[in-house]
Amino acid sequence: MSQRLVELEVLRFNPETDAEPTFQRYAVECPEEWVVLDALNHIKETVDPTLSYRWSCHMAVCGSCGMMINGEPKLSCKSFLRDYEGVIRVEPLAHFPIQRDLVTVIDDFVTKLKRVKPYLVAGEARPVEAGEYRQTPAQLKTYKQYTLCINCMLCYAACPEYGLEPKFIGPAAISLAHRYNLDSRDAGREARQQEIAATEGVWECSFVGACSEVCPEHVDPAGALQQVKIKSTLDWFREHLMPWRRT
Amino acid sequence: MAKSDKALVWGLFAAGGTVTAFVTPVLVVLTLLPALGVLPDVLTYDSLRAFADATLGRLAIVAIVVLSLWHAAHRLRITLHDFGVRADYAVAVVVYVAAAVGSLAAGWYALAL
Ligand code: FES
Repeated sequence: MSQRLVELEVLRFNPETDAEPTFQRYAVECPEEWVVLDALNHIKETVDPTLSYRWSCHMAVCGSCGMMINGEPKLSCKSFLRDYEGVIRVEPLAHFPIQRDLVTVIDDFVTKLKRVKPYLVAGEARPVEAGEYRQTPAQLKTYKQYTLCINCMLCYAACPEYGLEPKFIGPAAISLAHRYNLDSRDAGREARQQEIAATEGVWECSFVGACSEVCPEHVDPAGALQQVKIKSTLDWFREHLMPWRRT
Repeated sequence: MAKSDKALVWGLFAAGGTVTAFVTPVLVVLTLLPALGVLPDVLTYDSLRAFADATLGRLAIVAIVVLSLWHAAHRLRITLHDFGVRADYAVAVVVYVAAAVGSLAAGWYALAL
């Protein structure tokens, strides 16, 4: 394994002692094959145990290690050192308040996620004897892509509209609402529409598309939001111009 | 929360976007041709006038003009918002009134000429 001296410029902030965040430089020898998260772990173990950041799986499934790497929202466990030259700047995810160092306060996203009911809402109650809810492969295919979201919030850090309007429900939550709306077993669409078809919902999106560019799981939130806009527009015309077809 | 009525203007914006994506390049070419001295028979005043006099042709022209106007209005509103203009309500009133006036004018011309 070839080694390389990697220089990281990491944003530090301790709410108990600091008035402003500052940058701190670390230089550590790392194997070329490492990811940025490995370098951070190495720094924490050997240089500075006070450095704080979130991570868990180290394999791009838990969604907790999102940070800005050279200004771009990235999973640090999926960002290889060999893809970066010079000093690598590491900051907490944009658009979220900083709790400490690279750890952000994510309450806003979690509250919004709850509002869109990201779970199956059953229509009529069925007795257990009636068996499972069946679904064809074609029905599964309509929404499967949107199940891949790992709630990493990179799309929120990338979205300029969320930066401008913090009330915007945002890419991941609306994509997840769309995922359940498309599910043949679900009956919760009307309740979700109250949130995602509202002003703070999908209409804040101006189709910049940055969310889909940074999404590490290729969910394509921008595409999901466009579909939500089309369906909500058809709803609107049905509700306002064809009252007899109101559902 | 109540559902938003933005669906109405977005619907016109999306329809206008689809129309302009197909029609605008064609119009540009058709406008440039005579400017470059190429004037096939279909582009003479008489044949274009005949096209505009047919009910279907007239309807098509009005539809394209109206949808393009609403598309442009909404696009402008979003662009101003993205540029940091924080008077969304005022902007919306101005651009949509402009689109509405343009639409009425297109309708009036179609009936009167
Ligand atoms: S540590 Fe789990 S996604 Fe990176």
